[in-house]
Amino acid sequence: MRAADGTPLKVSIARAMRRNRLLALGLIAPLFFFILFSFIVPIVDMSLRSIDNSVVPGVLPNTTAALRDWDGEGLPPEATFAALAADINAGRESREIGKVATRLNYEVSGMRGTIMGTARKIARIEEGPYKEALIEANKDWGETETWLLLKRLSDPYTFGYYLNAVDMRFDSVGNVVAQPEFRQIYVNLFIRTLWMSLLITGLTILLGYPIAHLMATLPLRYSNLLMILVLLPFWTSLLVRTTAWIVMLQSEGVINSLMVWIGLIANDARPQLVHNKIGTIIAMTHILLPFMVLPLYSVMKTIPPSYMRAARSLGANQLTAFVRVYMPQTMAGVGAGCILVFILAIGYYITPELVGGTSGTLISNLIAYHMQQSLNWSLAAALGVILLGTVAALYFIYNRIVGIDNMKLG
Amino acid sequence: MVRGEFLTMLGPSGSGKTTCLMMLAGFEAATHGEILLNGRPINNVPPHKRGIGMVFQNYALFPHMTVAENLAFPLQVRRMGRAEAEEKVKRALSMVRLDSFGNRRPAQLSGGQQQRVAVARSLVFEPDLVLMDEPLGALDKNLREEMQFEIKHIHESLGVSVVYVTHDQSEALTMSNRIAVFDDGIIQQLASPPTLYERPENAFVAAFIGENNKLTGRITHVNGQSCTVDLDSGGTVQALAVNIGGIGERTTLSLRPERVLINPPADKYPNAFEAKVEELIYLGDHIRTRINFAGNDQFVVKVPNAQGHVVINEGGAVRVGWAMEDCRALDA
Amino acid sequence: MKNTLRYTTVGLAGVVAMAFGASAQAVDLNVVSWGGAYTASQLKAYHQPYMKANSDVKLNSLDYSGGLAEVRAQSEAGNVTWDLVDVVVADAIRGCDEGLFMEVDHDALLLPAPDGTPPTEDFLEGTLSDCFIPQIIYSFAFAYRTDAFKGEQPKTMADVFDLKKFPGKRTLQRSPVNNLEWALIADGVSVDDVYDVLDTPEGIERAFAKLGTIKSEVIWWTEGAVPAQLLADGEVVFGNGYNGRLFSAIEEEKQPLAMIWDGQVLDIDGWSIPAEGKNKEEVLEFVKFATDTQRLADQAKYISYGPARESSLPLVSKHAELGIDMEPHMPTKYADQGFLTNFQWWADNRDELNERFEAWLQQ
Repeated sequence: MRAADGTPLKVSIARAMRRNRLLALGLIAPLFFFILFSFIVPIVDMSLRSIDNSVVPGVLPNTTAALRDWDGEGLPPEATFAALAADINAGRESREIGKVATRLNYEVSGMRGTIMGTARKIARIEEGPYKEALIEANKDWGETETWLLLKRLSDPYTFGYYLNAVDMRFDSVGNVVAQPEFRQIYVNLFIRTLWMSLLITGLTILLGYPIAHLMATLPLRYSNLLMILVLLPFWTSLLVRTTAWIVMLQSEGVINSLMVWIGLIANDARPQLVHNKIGTIIAMTHILLPFMVLPLYSVMKTIPPSYMRAARSLGANQLTAFVRVYMPQTMAGVGAGCILVFILAIGYYITPELVGGTSGTLISNLIAYHMQQSLNWSLAAALGVILLGTVAALYFIYNRIVGIDNMKLG
Repeated sequence: MVRGEFLTMLGPSGSGKTTCLMMLAGFEAATHGEILLNGRPINNVPPHKRGIGMVFQNYALFPHMTVAENLAFPLQVRRMGRAEAEEKVKRALSMVRLDSFGNRRPAQLSGGQQQRVAVARSLVFEPDLVLMDEPLGALDKNLREEMQFEIKHIHESLGVSVVYVTHDQSEALTMSNRIAVFDDGIIQQLASPPTLYERPENAFVAAFIGENNKLTGRITHVNGQSCTVDLDSGGTVQALAVNIGGIGERTTLSLRPERVLINPPADKYPNAFEAKVEELIYLGDHIRTRINFAGNDQFVVKVPNAQGHVVINEGGAVRVGWAMEDCRALDA
Repeated sequence: MKNTLRYTTVGLAGVVAMAFGASAQAVDLNVVSWGGAYTASQLKAYHQPYMKANSDVKLNSLDYSGGLAEVRAQSEAGNVTWDLVDVVVADAIRGCDEGLFMEVDHDALLLPAPDGTPPTEDFLEGTLSDCFIPQIIYSFAFAYRTDAFKGEQPKTMADVFDLKKFPGKRTLQRSPVNNLEWALIADGVSVDDVYDVLDTPEGIERAFAKLGTIKSEVIWWTEGAVPAQLLADGEVVFGNGYNGRLFSAIEEEKQPLAMIWDGQVLDIDGWSIPAEGKNKEEVLEFVKFATDTQRLADQAKYISYGPARESSLPLVSKHAELGIDMEPHMPTKYADQGFLTNFQWWADNRDELNERFEAWLQQ
């Protein structure tokens, strides 16, 4: 068969289809590139960074090469000392030696001083024997432990950061051992982050469900008003809302003063409601509430009142009708709300930072600390990847149990 | 209402029929008056204790339950034994000829099938009374007619009382023992279908049920059963006095198009007039004829397409007439 | 009509001037600092006079919240847009080690004191380091609410740690830095010996143990504005914070607070120049101006931080708006009651101690 201009119909159709496909590709290209550069590339970069260990082999190439053949007993041979002296000298000139110092200090406190101190003195060491000269410059070079550490960090990749992120570490000979007790913080924080997120999700259901139900059943005039009340905090800056909660909850704050005024509590027994877990839970529940209410509302609005009436006419009392007929139909909204709130909560940062005190901070706060203060970006990345993995795993479980297709966001 | 009766509430939308149904079901409170079921007032009985089955306009089948679960629901909330409930569900399914559909979800059924499930569900717990709120409104015409007969058939075989709400008069006429015609929240007439059609009590019922020629005028003379009316458009008509005020009052005359005769035998009818044929519409079994009679050009006559019927032409002159009893003088 | 014409002419002239200005190679310098009252004092003391004198330089003032994260990120991305960064000395040393900041020869690049003393001698002892040009001496010190205690008022670090004599909540920075030193001082260690004691495992145990005695009463802050706020709200009776912020609360907001200078930790803040910055020559010119004797003294008119030059101290005058004598509010005046934080020691131990501190907080 041929088209009007004589080309075979098949070719003609294929040409038209290709044009459409190219057009469609062109239309999604901006979004694709945006997601690629703002989402996928950073995530890949982050996961690479969490195993990246290129600093030591990069700045101390000769030393790490020389250490490859060392058996780990006693001290390495003179040639290795010479290689180290050359590397540190080169690193000092390229001003990269500080990176090694920082990297080693993550593993053993004080290594920064060892490296930088040696680097300052290295110019004076002009010829061998380097072994004595280096030990003279810093006595740590006379310790087997120091050299074991360097040998262990010779690989360009390491899982050490992941171990650190779960309160474990490599010992000097490369065995995986638990961190000393006084340095164990991350596992507890992960657990706390998870259960607080779950608790907050549960609270938003408890508070959001009746509101959403009311909004879905009230006449439009009132439900719009309620909707504005729900959304109002949404339109206020997060910082303002969080600070408002501090004003409300602090011990000289509105809520405590009110309770004292009513006579509910004594003036000198004001409970601590902020700068702790309670503060984080209250403020985050409030801030995340709209994310629960909106999907619930959008699902509830589609449930005609006749279902409840039908159930009642069939002999179910109000409660039975609600539990057996209404609630199952809102589960799609509950699921969507839960996923939204939980995933947002698990990565929340600024609110726990401001109202969380010590008992109410979450893992994100430590990630931020490592990003901004300690500059241990690899550990921050490892923590981030674990967090991402946890969310992905929970999502997978959710999908298995509930089915993501049953989720209704609106 | 008599036990086992099929009563239809008919009326235009907004006429109060659904509200009335909701009061019966207990979803709306009656502002005054009493609702009696089996002689017992149920005004203060909550809906779930009234034992009244209900079929909703959109069926209201629970989407998260299978058909069998839907049917079992009223039995479960009554704490019926599992075996007994299963038996009843099975029977209900076979009653509506959906035996093999028990495990399907409502969304997997066609409209007519969903309708049948809804009916079965409202009956499965053997209520004394079933309310149906425009249950066939969402179905297409053929299916609707089929379902009308099916519901009628179920009604007859079970002997349950049914209150049925519809705005479709042919549906009401087909199915009901009695019809309550609603307008403006008031029952205009409660009667059997033939009575309603043949002897409407007021102008609303006459206009709402079936086709109707409406003539307005003033009463000049009343003589027992009959009265004389001067039409606004000119001419004088003899009519049956049904629902009129005194002499000088206004009245609406109702005259069914099929009761008007073309070229009636002379002197046999008190009402006979010259008229002009405006339009002919051929409808197969009859010819719908619009004529201009005494300045009223919306006057319709149905001429049956019977053996040897009168041949009339558009634009031609014709004589029309009717019996006094067929022209009912009603309220203004 | 006449007016319209005039405005148009003026407007056109402006556009033309701008175009010519651009062609005259005006330089934009991105100067990054901490924001708030501190940046405001810098704008008045440094930026505005400099731009008045050098019309070809435009100083853009950017805010950040400290740390090296952005500088490092810019360096890694190979696109350094910051020309000059206001940093604390600990970050300056660390950034210098990592090669993020440029090394400076203070005597060659900076102006001597009016009497000819070279910069290396004029800047206060121990404040200079390789990539760092000191600006101000600030301190971490405690303030307390004057209405909280009847009779004897707290005066020493030991009082801050004494819950019996001075009950009530305290707020401390959520960091091991300074808190460990204070705990030792409160426990009787002399100011001079603090880091020697801290350099032993027993010393660290001792510091954490002392800190543990007030832990239940502490609200830990992370944002510099929080302590003054908590003190003002009456949420705490003691709070430690930047002395400049506490000064504002006391003198500008007239809160019922008083300073405890005992045990104050002196710290230095100053300029570091990103090593890969694109306008180093122009930046150095600005830094030379901004760190001369008079400019450093001028800044103290707007904020209660002490100038880092010896020669500036006598020039510190009255607060520009409040009209009060600034000298008693300079932490440098009470230097003998406190100590200079040991940057090297913290650079070595901070990573581990911070984890330990966080773990300790959770216990």
